[in-house]
Amino acid sequence: MSDAKKFLYLNRKAPYGTIYALESLEVVLIGAAFEQQVSLAFVDDGVYQLMAGQNTKGSGFKNFSNTYKALGDYDVRNLYVEKESLDERGLSVDDLMPITHDTDDEEDLPSIMVVSRAEMAKVMSEQDVVLSF
Amino acid sequence: MSTLHTVNKSPFDGTSLSSALGLALPGDAVLLIEDGVVGARKGSSAAKAIEASLASCKVYVLGPDVAARGMKAEDLVSGVESVDYAGFVDLAANHARTQSWL
Amino acid sequence: MKFGIVVNEGPYTHQASDTAYNFTKAALEKGHEIIRVFFYHDGVNNATRLTVPPQDDRNLQKLWSELAEAHKLDMVVCIAAAQRRGILDENEAKRQGKDADNIAPAFRISGLGQLIDAGIKADRLVTFGD
Repeated sequence: MSDAKKFLYLNRKAPYGTIYALESLEVVLIGAAFEQQVSLAFVDDGVYQLMAGQNTKGSGFKNFSNTYKALGDYDVRNLYVEKESLDERGLSVDDLMPITHDTDDEEDLPSIMVVSRAEMAKVMSEQDVVLSF
Repeated sequence: MSTLHTVNKSPFDGTSLSSALGLALPGDAVLLIEDGVVGARKGSSAAKAIEASLASCKVYVLGPDVAARGMKAEDLVSGVESVDYAGFVDLAANHARTQSWL
Repeated sequence: MKFGIVVNEGPYTHQASDTAYNFTKAALEKGHEIIRVFFYHDGVNNATRLTVPPQDDRNLQKLWSELAEAHKLDMVVCIAAAQRRGILDENEAKRQGKDADNIAPAFRISGLGQLIDAGIKADRLVTFGD
């Protein structure tokens, strides 16, 4: 794993209005097979991808929000959410889906980490590859 | 090593520029391309944010995109540098990663 | 230096494909290696050979194809994104029971793994989109 690269998927768009959230998730799932160090960042309207209670019955879309909850099964454990983006939109972490993962030692560890803009900048600066959607 | 941030949206059309400037670290470079170049116009409401960022970051515009939108070098916030596509390639090569604020 | 290029928008509506093309061309002229150009989202629409832009406008599919031919570029169209948008090669058309294919010869259809692979192998991955 020492030659594994750090991949960050940067999500800045709400789901359904454009296809980027869904197709970003498809890359994440495929990418999991490559055993790289994967993190997801949710900034600006991207935080809406993690909203609890998404209901697409009336709009004709496939509701893919449950896929985020399964990311732990793909060893994707780091979902960084920018606090400023939540605040600007009148949201808090309580509005987001509970997303957890298991490690060898512990179960149901939270995957979502709410970080400040400064902390997010640091996370981004530690990556080898940033894929933007 | 530092990051090259590219911004291809007008600051009048979303948060790409403000997010890029807000998340750029000292020593990073921000390159405005496509409609993003309108943010570098002197006297625009985005100019103050660009000027503030110039204290810790380099800010560039893609010259051909500036010209295509009827702007000239003297229309840009002072301190903003213009590059051509070869210069864009150099910026991407000289920073550890490129982050596109789409 | 090894570059990977990601193109996330189709031609003409948005400038992304033009910028990606000009960047790729400039990188090659400077002696860099382009290990792959990956077309994702609506970017797959750059690969259709059936576009007929007006004669006084640029033909992006042709520009990409000529650049690929001159520099032996690996231009990959994401299969999942392509299927959604009706971009097919001969094999896919046959497999899906469609009556035509439309991919230009300079492009090949493959999986999203090729994008991750480009991220792993390239020194720099640069994304162009909307």
